[in-house]
Amino acid sequence: MTALLLRDLKLSIRAGGGALIGILFFMTVVAVIPFGVGPDLNLLSRIGPAIVWIGALLAALLGLDRMFQADRDDGSLDLLLMQEHPLVLTVLVKCLAHWLANVLPLVLASPLLGLFMNMSEVAIGAVMLTLLVGSPALTFIGAVGAAVSVTLPRGGLLVSILVLPLCIPVLIFGVSATYAAVEDPAPFLPPFLILTAITMFFAVLGPAGAALALRNAGD
Amino acid sequence: MTDSLAIRKFSDLANPTRFLAIAERVLPWLAGLCCLLFALGLTLAFTTEGDYQQGDTVRIMYVHVPAAWLSMMCYSVMALSALGTLVWRHPLADVSHKAAAPLGAAFTLVALVTGSLWGKPMWGTWWVWDARLTSVFILFLMYLGLIALNRAMDDPSRAARVSAVLILVGFVNIPIIKFSVDWWNTLHQPASVIRMGGPTIDPEFLRPLVVMALAFTLLFFTLHIMAIRNEIWRRRVATQRRMAARLAGRGD
Repeated sequence: MTALLLRDLKLSIRAGGGALIGILFFMTVVAVIPFGVGPDLNLLSRIGPAIVWIGALLAALLGLDRMFQADRDDGSLDLLLMQEHPLVLTVLVKCLAHWLANVLPLVLASPLLGLFMNMSEVAIGAVMLTLLVGSPALTFIGAVGAAVSVTLPRGGLLVSILVLPLCIPVLIFGVSATYAAVEDPAPFLPPFLILTAITMFFAVLGPAGAALALRNAGD
Repeated sequence: MTDSLAIRKFSDLANPTRFLAIAERVLPWLAGLCCLLFALGLTLAFTTEGDYQQGDTVRIMYVHVPAAWLSMMCYSVMALSALGTLVWRHPLADVSHKAAAPLGAAFTLVALVTGSLWGKPMWGTWWVWDARLTSVFILFLMYLGLIALNRAMDDPSRAARVSAVLILVGFVNIPIIKFSVDWWNTLHQPASVIRMGGPTIDPEFLRPLVVMALAFTLLFFTLHIMAIRNEIWRRRVATQRRMAARLAGRGD
């Protein structure tokens, strides 16, 4: 399992692109927003947390379709399917590797973008914390989409369509927890705890669903 | 004894030819009953009095509410079929949830459009990002995504198994829709018909609503059975075409 984790990490770092393109995409999406809504700093600081969250959500979807497809192309997916470890665990490890390589850099890049958006220190910290807790859920949900479309030649767009509706609760509670941290009357803890619960829920459901889909999608 | 009988009946359905025979017998009755109920329901809907505040627009409810119920029931039927596909490998379950997806999308669209038409005079706006409205809209998107996934795969049985997984994962949305009006206190009114302590809606409105709901349910099952039948025929035609092509190739 550790070997698999290390292998996936090395692959996504060395194969070029992966994480770096994700961050670039994230920054581009966020940078485009001020052109659309105008450079009003007050407005930007108000919608900033939501923009950063949406940008991170879209960027996290970007690399999903390669999660199992690369393994299928070189045949290692069949080996993963045939080994003795439960497939759910294997998928969980692959999700973790994907998250570490592709999504964690986004979380680390988010303070910089928060600065661009004229957000306060508290808001930046809250966005980073909620992204850290909420983004694994995006990966777990995305794993189901990636597994479902593993045999499709151009599944990337379809994965996004299938996965985005399921990601909405994560977005809702992530953004509302961030706003609760900034604006005093609303309590921060309830939406944050619900966000944590969503992540844990999908940590169970996501790998199980993805494993089921992988077994059935094999040819 | 009864249990084994039920199981036998259930696995009888797995034979497409037998299903077609049953469908042949059941369909005219279902369709007839459905038309009858629609006639009764529509008459009731237009002869009962309008609401003292909402006037005639309250009649939109007789289409809106049943369509919304059906949009959720259709997803539940699909989830059951998906279980059938994954657990029992029931061959008709594959066809069943594939055939139900466009129907569910249509009912959801009807619910959204009529709700929007009703919202304009009552709330003063076509659309609000209210919890119930948004979650139903997500349901609509999920139906479309499932249809797209089914279309994207060539092999029907693999497409069925893969979309079954997605249907089951997407089922988390159904309780969210059902309880969205209770969890978030928003513009859409909370449940007033199926609730603890009996309906709070006046019998004057309840009667046509129940008849229309039954009519919509029958309409769904009629269309669903017809769609399953069409899908079976379509697959048979495809198989025969493939066989014909093979035979033609051998003849040369």
